[in-house]
Amino acid sequence: MESDGSTFEREGDGMIPTTFNYFRPHSIEEALLLLRQGEAAKILAGGQSLIPMMKLRVAEPKTLIDLQGVPELAHVTWAGGHCTVGSLTSHATLAADADLRQKAGALWDAANGLGDPQVRNLGTIGGACAHADPSGDYPAVMLALDACFIVAGEKTREVAAAEFFKGTFETALGAGEILTKITFDAAPRSAYVKLEHAASHYALVGVAVVLVMSRDTIEDARIAITGLADVPFRASGVERSLRGVKGNNVAAIKSACAGAAAGQDVRGDIQASSAYRTAMADIVAARAVRVATDPR
Amino acid sequence: MAPSAMVGARIRRREDPRLITGRATYVDDVKLVGMVHAAFIRSPYAHAKILRLQMAKAKAHPGVLAVFSGADLHAAGMTASLPVAHKLPDLKTPPHYPLAVDEVRFVGEAVAVIVASDPYVARDAAELVEVEYDELPVVVDLEKATTSGAPLVHAALGTNVAYAMPFKAGDPDGAFASADVVVERRLINQRLAPVPIETRGVVAQWDAGAGRVTIHSSTQIPHLLRTQLSLVLGLAENKVRAIAPEVGGGFGSKLNVYAEEAVVAWLAMRLGRPVKWSETRSECFQAMIHGRDQIDDCEIAAKRDGTITGLRVRILANLGAYHQLLTPVIPTLTLLMAPGCYRIANVDIEVKGVFTNTMSTDAYRGAGRPEATYLIERLMDLVARKLELDPADVRRRNFIEPSAFPFTTSTGLTYDSGDYANTMEKALQLADYRGLRTRQAALRKEGRFLGIGLSTYVEVCGMGPSAAMPAAGWDSATIRVEPTGSVTVLTGISPHGQGEETTFAQLVADELGIPIDNIAVVHGDTDIVQYGVGTFGSRGTAVGGSALKLAIETIQAKAIRIAAHQWEANPDDVEYRDGKIGVPTDPSKSMTTAEAGFLAFMGDKLPPGLEPGLDATRRFEPPNFVYPFGTHVCVVEIDSETGQVKIVRYVAVDDCGKVLNPMIVEGQVHGGIAQGMAQALYEEVVYDEYGQLLTGTLMDYAIPHAEQVPHFELDRTVTETTVNPLGVKGVGEAGTIGSTPAVVNAVMDALAPFGVEHIDMPLRPEKLWKAMGPRSNGKVTA
Amino acid sequence: MARVEVEVNGTRHELEGVEPRLLLVHFLRERLGLTGTHIGCDTSSCGACTVLLDGKSVKSCTMFAVQADGRAVTTIEGLGSSAELHPMQEAFWAQHGLQCGFCTTGMIMSAVDLLRRIPNPSEGEIRAGLEGNLCRCTGYENIVAAVRAAAAALAAMETPKTIGELVEVGGR
Ligand SMILES: Cc1cc2nc3c(=O)[nH]c(=O)nc-3n(C[C@H](O)[C@H](O)[C@H](O)COP(=O)(O)OP(=O)(O)OC[C@H]3O[C@@H](n4cnc5c(N)ncnc54)[C@H](O)[C@@H]3O)c2cc1C
Ligand code: FES
Ligand code: FES
Repeated sequence: MESDGSTFEREGDGMIPTTFNYFRPHSIEEALLLLRQGEAAKILAGGQSLIPMMKLRVAEPKTLIDLQGVPELAHVTWAGGHCTVGSLTSHATLAADADLRQKAGALWDAANGLGDPQVRNLGTIGGACAHADPSGDYPAVMLALDACFIVAGEKTREVAAAEFFKGTFETALGAGEILTKITFDAAPRSAYVKLEHAASHYALVGVAVVLVMSRDTIEDARIAITGLADVPFRASGVERSLRGVKGNNVAAIKSACAGAAAGQDVRGDIQASSAYRTAMADIVAARAVRVATDPR
Repeated sequence: MAPSAMVGARIRRREDPRLITGRATYVDDVKLVGMVHAAFIRSPYAHAKILRLQMAKAKAHPGVLAVFSGADLHAAGMTASLPVAHKLPDLKTPPHYPLAVDEVRFVGEAVAVIVASDPYVARDAAELVEVEYDELPVVVDLEKATTSGAPLVHAALGTNVAYAMPFKAGDPDGAFASADVVVERRLINQRLAPVPIETRGVVAQWDAGAGRVTIHSSTQIPHLLRTQLSLVLGLAENKVRAIAPEVGGGFGSKLNVYAEEAVVAWLAMRLGRPVKWSETRSECFQAMIHGRDQIDDCEIAAKRDGTITGLRVRILANLGAYHQLLTPVIPTLTLLMAPGCYRIANVDIEVKGVFTNTMSTDAYRGAGRPEATYLIERLMDLVARKLELDPADVRRRNFIEPSAFPFTTSTGLTYDSGDYANTMEKALQLADYRGLRTRQAALRKEGRFLGIGLSTYVEVCGMGPSAAMPAAGWDSATIRVEPTGSVTVLTGISPHGQGEETTFAQLVADELGIPIDNIAVVHGDTDIVQYGVGTFGSRGTAVGGSALKLAIETIQAKAIRIAAHQWEANPDDVEYRDGKIGVPTDPSKSMTTAEAGFLAFMGDKLPPGLEPGLDATRRFEPPNFVYPFGTHVCVVEIDSETGQVKIVRYVAVDDCGKVLNPMIVEGQVHGGIAQGMAQALYEEVVYDEYGQLLTGTLMDYAIPHAEQVPHFELDRTVTETTVNPLGVKGVGEAGTIGSTPAVVNAVMDALAPFGVEHIDMPLRPEKLWKAMGPRSNGKVTA
Repeated sequence: MARVEVEVNGTRHELEGVEPRLLLVHFLRERLGLTGTHIGCDTSSCGACTVLLDGKSVKSCTMFAVQADGRAVTTIEGLGSSAELHPMQEAFWAQHGLQCGFCTTGMIMSAVDLLRRIPNPSEGEIRAGLEGNLCRCTGYENIVAAVRAAAAALAAMETPKTIGELVEVGGR
């Protein structure tokens, strides 16, 4: 489901999609073949964004390729300090992963705060990233984690998070490509905090923070913000200002987080104006930093 | 369970087993042989001429049975307007056809209907209907609509003002001239969507042999629907059967006669097949009635000690594009209830109802009274603020005192009974009001902003005497003692969550001594149940229950005669006690109602002249409305960085007279508070200047989920009414009416250190953040 | 047209001629006649359509029937019967956790999933756990009470069972 319901013109009925052919391949190769050959083909992962859009007839694929037949795409694997998450891993799996909480709290926070239990049971991390909702939670987390997207297609390629999110509902994925894995390094000092839309509960502002700390001092920071612009962005000014700030110095953190959305074209709607979202970016960033400064 | 243990007890609801197991039948669960499916084509424009409809492609789509436009319906003789019930002089009543004929006046107005073998096919075919429109100027803004030169919603009327109703009592001008203080304030009561979780739905079936149509509809008023549809369809009323199956919430939204109900019935007749229509949520936001939407310009005059001396209100009410059943009446209730629970002798109030290019407003939980309570309760707080008095003290000073009841207000209502101060003191004690004020002061020093809000409400319900509401005042009940001793109750009300299948059985169980499991309460089918008015206006128990009480008395009187005859006793010496018939002076004589019923059925041992059978149908005509009241205390804390409001405590002490089942009463209050607080904090229907609905889905329109609602602490006082034989008042709407101002007052109290006096609802975080100023901490004055 | 083999409430169903676009909720309601699963919105927001898929709560309006092929679905009808209620149904009844009943079946299914994840939830966890379900009647007060009561009832059962096992019992 897109976060801003008024973006799309509706035709009175949001319940019944158009017709399509359905396939459930049993390997990536098979899926790629179907994706290349099928008419107006689309990948179906958890369906938690695609199906609502199909019901509104905003998306009208003619071919759906259900990845659930390729269960090896669902996994969370750690090798040393490096994590690989399969694209088909559900939000619920991530949310219930206590290990993930310690090692990559930002992703754990996002998985727990995203949607609701039913959405989390079906929705997948790969689907959420491929969908690239400008108010989605994961895109900011991916940027802050400096994650890498492994993409299968004609050939397998790797795309850095910074290159992956291109625009509203737009990514670096080509028409014949499938996101298979996401990799990132452990981020034990990280957090994701969001301010929610009262109705959709998507992020009005969501801030992902990954800190490098030496003792109680912030040495380096990656701050990424969703909900404000067409794509999530890094707040590089804030990142710079945070260097050298003590983790328990709330006032210093607040002042370092000022101007988090500087230079962005911040959107507004009836729930929250551009000015409010801009101001809240600072507040939420400071809160996320404070959560991240402590071990999770 | 033993008799006389039922009334007043927390009896589990008898409707629940079917509901919790998924075995209940809502309209969408009705499946009839040969049933086909309707889908409506709706206007994407707020105001436009319909130039042309191209329906050929849709008609040719496989599986499509028919497509009809508004013009087609007219040509086929369906030319009646949808009904509006009113008693207002000079009300402008433009035609309102089930399908728009040549002009559309709000986004979502139905212009055509498709019938297909399957809802999926109907949806596909709907895309093939092409409608050409010529856009007309749109008016959405309520004030702008009243100005000369504004676009006209109905050009033929020459104005957008549907009616104006001025009212004056006492000497308001004198009161204002001599007042120590006057507070002026514009209070906006935003537009809301009722959002029952079950949307609307209709299944209609035509019996060609009998020439009868049966309409299953998710409605609160099956009998009124039958009457009105028979008029719209041009059928004798005995050829129309209306059934309200299980209904998934209404809150006033299903107290109506809708275009879709008429069209689906007509389709069934025309096609000779059962037709189903299930509304989508998106359609529901567009085309189910909305609630509230008033601009209230208020002035209140007071003496230095807080005594209120005068009230002036200009009520501008947005009616939407057409009248639905009660559209124009709702704002008049605001006028009547504006003085609240206070003695205010001098009032000057005017209501103006205005058409705009939006969906109609009509009854939504509270219907006109929440607006009244909101304005008077906000004004009381503003007066307290201005005079630097405690809001509780200002209320104490102005309450109508218990000895004054029945009390006739300056607006002409007679409040039945009340003890407002008692209820308020109880609530303040429960909340530890003094303690809260101390804590508030301490927290302010720490830069934390706690707010305490009071609302002391009274509302008018138990609708109502027929003199005030012709054809919607009384209600009915039938009791049948069946030959083998079980009892059937047919009630004219139409419960859909309020639990009367249980409370009515409790009443009968006690009074007639019938085990509750042997009592069936039946409602919602016009072929089975005698005419009744329905469930709305918190009238189910007050009016329907009172009719049942009368029927019980009739049954008892007859049973006594039957028993007396067996015992060769004088009927005057026989009486009901604890649900049994007996002779007080002779304990050996005892008979159950079931036994009397059996004798009545056998017929051979009855006193001469007494008809066989033991059943009774009675109707109750209430001599007056009832006036429940209460005090709500809301405690909030504001996040001064984000403007977010957290309700930290919510205490409600309500008085709805005698309570038949406390569990059910509390449930009504819980739900009511949740809806009222949601108006204060979250909900708002928004149209843009072109009349496009910006809050057309549950992703945009915020009804609260469990995390957005606090825990509620409830208590009650009991002040019985003499208006009805049960001593009960209504409770369905009280929670909603009481809660909205309590929440807003609490937030404004929290923001007092910032010099903030008022913010219009909903209190979105952004509005608070703005009011506090960007560097909020620096600006505090207290 | 597709063929769908699905276990619903313990019974295997093999249906031919299923349009791939048929939503699971319509499949359950229209093809199998299980109308206890309701529809309250068209944006996957209300949760009235909640069922368990392999024991986990999902919104059956946001899933195609073909996706359920080879899997097990539990609807409210499979949870308990009027003769033998599931402890969650019993608790909703005892605590007056419902009024109009329309949200209730989905709410109960979500609550069952909640206790699967958190057997002894706090008030906050209950409210958060029911985030995917909207009720317009009850103000949630008694729903929270019902979930709490069900958790206690389960904890007190003589042969302790997980809520998941009870679903199985009800379902098979
Ligand atoms: C009620 C509700 C509330 C929600 N709230 C939130 C929220 O608060 N925050 C938030 O971030 N999200 C929210 N979501 C969206 C949720 O995160 C979705 O699960 C997610 O956006 C999509 O994941 P999915 O697996 O369901 O993908 P699908 O819906 O199956 O697919 C989404 C898109 O991604 C493509 N796709 C999927 N997987 C791949 C792949 N492996 N490779 C290439 N393309 C792929 C699909 O073709 C499609 O275009 C909400 C959804 C709902 C219904
Ligand atoms: S019907 Fe509303 S979420 Fe499924
Ligand atoms: S009980 Fe009516 S919506 Fe929940």
